[in-house]
Amino acid sequence: MNSSVIVFPGSNCDRDIAVALEKMQFKNQMVWHKESKLPKSDLIVVPGGFSYGDYLRSGAIAGKSLIINEVIKAADKGCLILGICNGFQILTETGLLKGVLLRNKNLRFINKDVNIKIINNETKFSNKYKKNQILKINIAHNEGNYFTNSNHLKILNNENLIAFKYCDKNGNINEDSNPNGSLENIAGIFNSKKNILGMMPHPERMMDNLISNTDGANLFLSLLK
Amino acid sequence: MKFTVTVTLKKDVLDPQGKVVLNTLQNLGMDNLKSIRQGKYFEIDMNDIDEEKAKKKVDDMCKKLLANMIIEDYKVNKI
Repeated sequence: MNSSVIVFPGSNCDRDIAVALEKMQFKNQMVWHKESKLPKSDLIVVPGGFSYGDYLRSGAIAGKSLIINEVIKAADKGCLILGICNGFQILTETGLLKGVLLRNKNLRFINKDVNIKIINNETKFSNKYKKNQILKINIAHNEGNYFTNSNHLKILNNENLIAFKYCDKNGNINEDSNPNGSLENIAGIFNSKKNILGMMPHPERMMDNLISNTDGANLFLSLLK
Repeated sequence: MKFTVTVTLKKDVLDPQGKVVLNTLQNLGMDNLKSIRQGKYFEIDMNDIDEEKAKKKVDDMCKKLLANMIIEDYKVNKI
């Protein structure tokens, strides 16, 4: 499977995701944001970091970059797109995913391992997980507080477009297990065609028991299926 | 030709920064405060073209980049 990782000035999880993809046998290429053509890709990853130093709004400037036009075209043709953390923020700024990531409710940058629950395991990104499976996974963000209008929230629920929700270690989804104030504890969403996933947690950081755990590996294995 | 643009969060969007500023001001003894909403301010200097055209361009800038229309409102003023 061919993958591309888009690199912006200020991206800082681009190497991590590349290592994760290569470990899972993806043929990966790094693509600089000034490129106007994408290599042939089955999967495009918009990585985490602080593209353009989060100037204006996180993801706003990267969302208008040259390469993003190509990402939008590829997405329309059904290419799989994964946006992680700042990548999720960028995808919302482009309009590929609806809603917005607001500042964390407690106004603090949060870097910690949290639990998330698999809500929809019937997608190309999540089929190797079990429904309601609980993962332990790292989050590291200042703007992860997902917000959308009530109409879109209804669609997210009715069409099963919520990928993950924050929970505690027993799987309880409530205010106490919500790290950033996100609407309905949402940690990741799909677009309506389910070929685009945006998520705040970092699966690429959970690929090796030596430094964390391997809870992120099944996301990549799902894509390879 | 100069314009100013003010971008603020929509009324129904929670503004935690504004709230913290409000709390701090109250701690400083400032009373009679009802609420504070924090926003962004831009000064845009444009070539001297037709005013209507320039206004339209600034409007376009707001919609395309300066404001996120899901959560923010903007106001344009000519100065």
